[in-house]
Amino acid sequence: MTSAAQAPPSDPVPERDERLGEHARLAAVLRRPAVGALVAAAAIFVYFAVSTTAFALPSGASTWIFTSSSFAIMAVAVGLLMIGGEFDLSAGAMTGTTGLITGIMMTHYDVNVWVAVLTSLVAALAVGFVNGFLVMKTGLPSFIVTLGTFFVLRGLNLAVVKQVIHQVSVVDFQSAGGYQDGARVFGSFTRIDLGFLPWVDLPTTRLLTVYAATWWAIAFVVVATWVLQRTRAGNWIFAVGGAQQSARQVGVPVFRTKIGLFMTTAFAAWIVGMLNLFKTTTAQSTTGVGQEFVYIICAVVGGCLLTGGYGSAIGAALGALIYGMVGQGIVYAGWDSDWLYAFLGVMLLGAVMVNNWVKTQAERVR
Amino acid sequence: MTGLPAPGAPIIEVRGIGKSYGSVIALRDITTTVNAGEVTCVLGDNGAGKSTFIKILAGAHAHTEGQLLVDGQKRRFTSPREALGLGIATVYQDLAVVPLMPVWRNFFLGSEMTKGLGPTRRLDIPAMKQITRQELAAMGIDLRDAEQPIGTLSGGERQCVAIARAVHFGARVLILDEPTASLGVRQSGLVLKYVAKARDRGLGVILITHNPHHAYPVADRFILLRRGRSLGDFPKSEMSLDELVRMMAGGAELEQLSHELARALPETPSEASSEAP
Repeated sequence: MTSAAQAPPSDPVPERDERLGEHARLAAVLRRPAVGALVAAAAIFVYFAVSTTAFALPSGASTWIFTSSSFAIMAVAVGLLMIGGEFDLSAGAMTGTTGLITGIMMTHYDVNVWVAVLTSLVAALAVGFVNGFLVMKTGLPSFIVTLGTFFVLRGLNLAVVKQVIHQVSVVDFQSAGGYQDGARVFGSFTRIDLGFLPWVDLPTTRLLTVYAATWWAIAFVVVATWVLQRTRAGNWIFAVGGAQQSARQVGVPVFRTKIGLFMTTAFAAWIVGMLNLFKTTTAQSTTGVGQEFVYIICAVVGGCLLTGGYGSAIGAALGALIYGMVGQGIVYAGWDSDWLYAFLGVMLLGAVMVNNWVKTQAERVR
Repeated sequence: MTGLPAPGAPIIEVRGIGKSYGSVIALRDITTTVNAGEVTCVLGDNGAGKSTFIKILAGAHAHTEGQLLVDGQKRRFTSPREALGLGIATVYQDLAVVPLMPVWRNFFLGSEMTKGLGPTRRLDIPAMKQITRQELAAMGIDLRDAEQPIGTLSGGERQCVAIARAVHFGARVLILDEPTASLGVRQSGLVLKYVAKARDRGLGVILITHNPHHAYPVADRFILLRRGRSLGDFPKSEMSLDELVRMMAGGAELEQLSHELARALPETPSEASSEAP
């Protein structure tokens, strides 16, 4: 670092320093949290597109695009939370809880669809608030606090549902009043004709079905990226995750930021709960249990640091895309689908190591 | 910069200030002044009451005795925000920076500039980057890239960013808590240079340190604390570096110490064999 002590404050400072060459721009791109996930996603797509016939066909792609989309919604929210330095293990069970609340209200109590939908939203936001409140007030790690709420929700999903409807899943949902209205928002789909693609030869495979979940996922990624990169709240999210004490000292509203993050995760769980309910027309007591770790893995694969303060929304969504593609690709390739979990474990370890390396690079003096 | 009095005019006056926590007297009868464009150095060993003293000035604790005058007005701070409102900014040892965030985001953290209204309200990134570079340039720091994570800067440079940030957000008095404590010789020199820069911009600076060699070159006035009491408030003209070192170490104690150390020397084998004591 050289000194420019003679420069008076009013001197114009050039926007870009001449000491930064073009390679610095390239390096900056490579250093972005999502790049590794993008490369991995492309490789996985090519692999399954070449090795299986159904994967890259529009009809076959519809399935993994849907799975990826609903996981992307959660991964983006969980990714934001992780950038903010916290975990939410209750997020998976919450997708079940919200679906069950709305489903039971509509099938067993004939409640108006929008009232039922909003009730589960309020319930989800309340759980998110409690998560955040307990974490901030007790100072306990969010891993422990949300592990607690996870088991509470998991228990309630079974116990309360069994007590109220004497079974463990909502059935006959499509005949509930107002189902059609709700399905227009959460269960709709569009068919896109991709017959022009050179590898589509049969007319039965030319249609790509895009479900509502995909549009929601895209909206989530766009809004989350905007918030993270271009708003004060985004600055605060990075700050509370990177160095909470420092953030507090310079006047960042830490409490508000963290509560907001937990409530955002709960909101995402509500959306996914509604999307699943109206698409599959059923909700089960065990829905979502075990998926909380998948969300975290997606976010980590997308470049979010487990220690907070670093990551991106698009990265988390790419992590979800990888998960969705592999999950379906394994089926199309005719392998045992249980291989997915082994793959997830390997991906997680690999991603954590890559992330740590990237972090070291980012902190190194250039 | 607005609201800075003429160089040499007092911004803060401390008269017989003291602080007790219940029956424990942490600090008593401290008197000094902080003038615009001058550096007041607070020296003292660990537990001498330095941090209590700066906490009173920074608004973290209210004093229980004596008077604190800011711009000639009697004040008793009940919160750091109050002190900050009067332009008294504190740079703590941990610097309040987030290592993985870019320099410009750190510079404006908590006071971000925005443009647009409602949902389009967004960070004014070009302006913030520009101001960051400008303010750092004015402090004599030539930043290559405002996008680089602040963790990539050296300890001294980070300290300087923290100082520049306080200056930009309207500080008239800068309280620096042991800015050179964890730094090497060269880095300490760098920080002291920026302290002098802030002083030259007309700010009053309070420099807390236990290193008289760092304090002496940059300070205009020294206040020595020992066991919660002031050993005196000296302008530089009345104090030499040797005297300062001696007073810091506690005069007689230092002589005692050097006596002990000197006697220990002949006992080492190499010394004993080479020359007679």
